[in-house]
Amino acid sequence: MLQIENLSAEIGGTKILDGLSLSVGAGEVHAIMGPNGAGKSTLAYVLGGRPGYEVTGGNVRFEGKDLLEMEPHERAAAGMFLGFQYPVEIPGVSNVQFLREALNAQRKHRGEEPLTGGEFLKLAKEKAALLKLDMDMLKRHVNVGFSGGEKKRAEMVQMGILDPSFAVLDETDSGLDIDSLRVVGDGINAIMRQPGKGVLLITHYQRLLQVVQPDYVHILSQGRIVKTGSADLAHQLEAEGYDKVMAA
Amino acid sequence: MSEVATRPTRRPTRKDEAWRYSAVEALEGVDLDVWREVAVPPGESWSETIVIEDGADTASTELRRLRIDVGEGARCAIFAIAASGEFARIEIEVRMGRGAHFEMGGITVGGRDTVREFVTRVVHAEPEATSNQTVRSVHWGKGTGNFLGSIDVVRDAQKTDASQDFKGLLLDRGASVNAVPQLEIFADDVKCAHGATVGQLDETARYYMAARGIPPELSRRLLVQAFIGDALVGLSDDDTRERLMRVALDKLDKHL
Ligand SMILES: Nc1ncnc2c1ncn2[C@@H]1O[C@H](COP(=O)(O)OP(=O)(O)OP(=O)(O)O)[C@@H](O)[C@H]1O
Ligand SMILES: [Mg+2]
Repeated sequence: MLQIENLSAEIGGTKILDGLSLSVGAGEVHAIMGPNGAGKSTLAYVLGGRPGYEVTGGNVRFEGKDLLEMEPHERAAAGMFLGFQYPVEIPGVSNVQFLREALNAQRKHRGEEPLTGGEFLKLAKEKAALLKLDMDMLKRHVNVGFSGGEKKRAEMVQMGILDPSFAVLDETDSGLDIDSLRVVGDGINAIMRQPGKGVLLITHYQRLLQVVQPDYVHILSQGRIVKTGSADLAHQLEAEGYDKVMAA
Repeated sequence: MSEVATRPTRRPTRKDEAWRYSAVEALEGVDLDVWREVAVPPGESWSETIVIEDGADTASTELRRLRIDVGEGARCAIFAIAASGEFARIEIEVRMGRGAHFEMGGITVGGRDTVREFVTRVVHAEPEATSNQTVRSVHWGKGTGNFLGSIDVVRDAQKTDASQDFKGLLLDRGASVNAVPQLEIFADDVKCAHGATVGQLDETARYYMAARGIPPELSRRLLVQAFIGDALVGLSDDDTRERLMRVALDKLDKHL
C-alpha cells in the first residue's frame, strides 16, 4: 500500500535521505532501525509532508495516489498517521477539542458526516480505555504538562480515534516504562493489525518488536535502506550492534 | 483626588501620550466628549460588555469612553472587543475605592490598515484595592492593535495589587501591536505586575494539527481561539464569552 522509490530529501540544503526505497504491503508491519542521525525521523516527516523537508528526487505512492503531491492535512484524511518522536504541546487547546476537530475535518474531506459531540466522546472514551489513559487527561490541553510516556500513550489514543489505514510510528516506544510499553504495543496491534492496514515502526529497541511483531526489519543508514531481514535481524542487532551487522 | 482624567479640550495629536499610536486623523468631526460615567456603590457589583463589531450602525471611527468610580469593597468587570471600525478605541478610566476590585478582559482583532486599541487608566486611590487587566490582540494585513495602560497608585494606597498583561499575535508581516504600560507608584507596600509579549502562530503546533487532518485555516482559528481565550477567563457568563469569541473568530474568518 506504500511504495517509496529512490527517495531523496534535504533539510536546509543538506542531503539527508539518499535514494531510499521501501515497499509496505497491506496487512504488513515493517520495522525500521538505524543509528542516531541516520534519517529515520526525516523519512517520517517527509512522508508526513512537514514544511522544510524538501524532496529532491524519487516518489512515494500511497494506495495508488501520489503522496508527495498532497498537503499534510490531505495525507491524514487519506489515512496516513504520523506518530511523533517528540509530540507537540498546544497550550489552550484541549485534546478533546483537538481530536474532534481533527476527526471531523478528515471526515469532511472524505465527504462523510461529522460526529456529534456525544458520538465523539463515546469513541474517545473507548480508545482512552484501550490505552489505559485516564479520560481526564483528554480534557487537558494537548500534551501540555504530560510526561514523556503519557505523551506517547496519548498519541496512540489519537491514532485509535482517527483510525488510519497506515501509521508511521517514530520511536513510539521511547520513554515508556515496561508496563506502558506492553499497553502501547497491544494498542498498536488492536488498532493497526488489521487486513488492509500497514505500519512503519521506527524503533531502537527490540522490546516493542516482541509485542508488535514485524514482518520485516530494515536497517536505515546514511539516508538509505542498507539491509532488510526478518524479525531475527532485530535480535541480531540487539546482540551485535550496527557496525557488525551492517558489515556482514 | 476626585477627578481622575482631563477631558480633551482640543483635538488630540500623536504627541499626546494616550494617542501615540492612534489614527488621530480619523477623529475629524467625531464628538470626543462622549464619556459615560458610572458609579458602582460600595459593596456592589457591576459588569459590562462592550462590543464593537461589524453592523449597519458601526461608524468608521468608533470611540467608547467610560469613566467608572468603583466604591469601597465594590467590584467592576468589563469585557470588551474592538473588531470593527477603521479606528476603534475603547478607553476606560477607573478610580478604585478601598478594597475594590476591577477586572478587565480586552480583545482587539483586525486587518487591512485598521487601528484598534484599548487605553486604560486605573487609579488606585485608596488602600487594598486589586485590579487585573488582560488584553489580547490579533492582527493581520497592515492592522494595528494597541494597549496603553496606566496604573497610578497614590501615596496612601497601601496593599494595592494591580496587574496588566498584554500579548499580541501577528498573522502577517505588515501587522503590528504596541503595548505601553505606564506605572506611577507612590505607595511602598504594593504589588504591580505587567507583562507584554508579541509573537506569531506556532508553526510547529500547526504542523502537528495538519498531521492529524486539520487544514491550515482551521488550525489558525483554533490557535487564535486559544490565544484570545486568556482575555476571557475571568468571564463567568458562558453566553457572553461565546458571543465575544464568535465576534473575534468571525472577523478572523472574514480576514478583512
Ligand atoms: N532541521 C534540521 N536542520 C539541519 N539538519 C537536520 C535537521 N533536522 C535533522 N537534521 C539532520 O538530519 C540527520 C537525520 O536526522 P533524523 O532526525 O532523521 O535522524 P534519526 O535517524 O531520526 O535519529 P534518532 O535515532 O536520533 O532519532 C541528522 O544528521 C540531523 O542532524
Ligand atoms: Mg529520530
